[in-house]
Amino acid sequence: MALEKILMPQLGESVTEGTVSNWLVQEGDHVNKYDPIAEVMTDKVNAEVPSSFTGVIKELVADEGQTIEVGELMCYIEVEGSKGEEAEVISQSQDQQEVRSDAQQDQSMKSRYSPAVMRLAQENSIDLSQVSGSGRGGRITRKDIEQIIQTGQIPNVKEEQVATSPEQKEAEYTPPTIKRKFVQADPGDKEIPVTGIRKTIAQNMVRSKTEIPHAWMMIEVDVTNLVKYRDSEKSKFKENEGYNLSYFAFFLNAVAKALKKFPQLNSSWAGDKIIQRKEINLSIAVAHEQELFVPVIKSVDEKSIKGIAKEIHTLSKKARNGNLTPQDMEGGTFTVNNTGSFGSVQSMGVINYPQAAILQVESIVKRPVIINDMFAARDMVNLCLSLDHRVLDGVICGQFMSHIKGILESISSDTTPIY
Amino acid sequence: MPVISYIQAVTQALKEEMTRDEKVFILGEDVGVRGGVFRATDGLYEQFGEARVLDTPLAESAIAGVGIGAAMYGMRPVAEMQFADFIMPAVNQIISEAAKIRYRSNNDWNCPITIRAPYGGGVHGALYHSQSVEAVFANQPGLKIVMPSTPYDVKGLLKAAIRDNDPVLFFEHKRAYRLIKGEVPEGDYTLPIGKADVKREGSDITVITYGLCVHFALQAAEKLATEGINAHILDLRTVYPLDKESIIEAASKTGKVLLITEDNKEGSIIGEVAAIISENCLFDLDAPIKRLAGPDVPSMPYAPTMEKEFMINPDKVEKAMRDLAEF
Repeated sequence: MALEKILMPQLGESVTEGTVSNWLVQEGDHVNKYDPIAEVMTDKVNAEVPSSFTGVIKELVADEGQTIEVGELMCYIEVEGSKGEEAEVISQSQDQQEVRSDAQQDQSMKSRYSPAVMRLAQENSIDLSQVSGSGRGGRITRKDIEQIIQTGQIPNVKEEQVATSPEQKEAEYTPPTIKRKFVQADPGDKEIPVTGIRKTIAQNMVRSKTEIPHAWMMIEVDVTNLVKYRDSEKSKFKENEGYNLSYFAFFLNAVAKALKKFPQLNSSWAGDKIIQRKEINLSIAVAHEQELFVPVIKSVDEKSIKGIAKEIHTLSKKARNGNLTPQDMEGGTFTVNNTGSFGSVQSMGVINYPQAAILQVESIVKRPVIINDMFAARDMVNLCLSLDHRVLDGVICGQFMSHIKGILESISSDTTPIY
Repeated sequence: MPVISYIQAVTQALKEEMTRDEKVFILGEDVGVRGGVFRATDGLYEQFGEARVLDTPLAESAIAGVGIGAAMYGMRPVAEMQFADFIMPAVNQIISEAAKIRYRSNNDWNCPITIRAPYGGGVHGALYHSQSVEAVFANQPGLKIVMPSTPYDVKGLLKAAIRDNDPVLFFEHKRAYRLIKGEVPEGDYTLPIGKADVKREGSDITVITYGLCVHFALQAAEKLATEGINAHILDLRTVYPLDKESIIEAASKTGKVLLITEDNKEGSIIGEVAAIISENCLFDLDAPIKRLAGPDVPSMPYAPTMEKEFMINPDKVEKAMRDLAEF
């Protein structure tokens, strides 16, 4: 009996560490060589770690959720047999297992057909994709085909097509997956490990952009009245409340009102149905250093301008301090993104999956505008909408945007009290 | 049926043919009084006398030339090259005269000579006593090259070679001389030159080879049979001209073909066998045609370890056969 170590394997080029997401064995379990013992997550792959030995798991050193470096100890295993003849016998049988398990796993030759196999398959209308091969790398050998012909259990090409064609019609389109190209750092480059939140952002963005057919539209809104109104109120507000009366609160208020009228935009694509949300919970994008958080202001339609401004203030502060809880970020039904705060005047947002649309509020800019055939200096803002074209069409979104425009352009202390 | 050795089969065939036909005579170095350096002509000098068993000078060109002249004149000479390695001085006589006389003379002349020569390694013979020379002669229409593997084939084919009306090179593996024994009928029989022979029936892989390697393949096949791998083994017996029909049939049978020769790999007999298979059997092939051969180095090394490395052996054959079976 000998105690052996199982170390974190190199699970891919440039992978330096892995997180034990799940132990598949317990202490005291007997495992064979190549049996999976743990699931490990790296920034490249999720993989099962095979046992390097046959024996009994003695001690699990790494905890679930723990990230350890490649080559570091994962667990101890007590290996059966001792040195000498016995060990040799075992290593021989292990060799055989190695060969066998290799043969089982490696399917690289599965669709490499020899001329003989091609000819026999054609002559007998055999669907080779349904034949399992006994050759190296899963290759279908001439003998495999000859055996099929002899036994008469021929997986026929034509029958197969008929059987699957209705299914094929209904099947949803799955885009081909292309493997990511290996990107290497040059000397002097800085390698920044991807944090959990960054990974989540990346996953959501890829999912959104690959699944949702995005469409875009933009309107410009004259917010001169809003600017005047807010300017007249902001000092007093700050004095009373202790935080800023932001333009963003007015935009959220307008969006909530418009969503109430056009609930179609407050919805999600659910494959065989569209789910229209009852609650109007607005996700707002808040950037903090390298990270992007999307906290949610709930039931915006029920809140005053002050109430909205207060929540913006609270959530931004929480984001800056890193105090946002999962609850703060749950339940969003539509996203409003304050891109104008960076000076942007036009942008195309990526929809916050699984919502149906996102509105980008751009910078308010003073511009010459023609009113009644005369130039006037007006405060203008662009609103950009990205929409899920499976759920929404141009007509409804145009109406939605016009409605917001109407609300914003008619803002005054009469129509939109702060309290 | 009596069991005799490979070399005893040579002697028996010579003796029976000399008894049968008085035109048959032997010439070569040390073939007479000494009975041959391998004792292949043992007792023939005593039985048939110095007129029919001629000791010649050390001049292979003369052995071949005298033999060719006698053959053209109606005799049935059996010339011996003491080692196949020594055949080189006689190449001009064999290729330019023996092989071409029937064609050149518009069928007026022919040359029924048999030239025997021991070839092959594995006997610590090094450079001058180990070569396989068959490929040198294997693109000379007019010649036949016979390379038997068993005592039974030796006797039947040597008799056929002597009776053949055209020149035949008869290469005997010197390691097989006393290593290989087998049942050989006492009476007279011949085997057809130009016909390959199935030495073992099987359905998983086909091995095509000749000479001593046939035995290595047979040994390996027995071992592999216990693992469920059944090898079909074809012994070429005549390596020039090749028995295309049998080669195509054997290759098509399993679609997985291993070709073996002790000769250097590039330009060897089995390259031609591979060409025949790929020309004719594409749609039956289930694996690339594989070759197992000696390395492409100038000669058999003398150092035992190096010679072992050069030589084909049952282990190498078994490994190659298993590899192909698993493909």
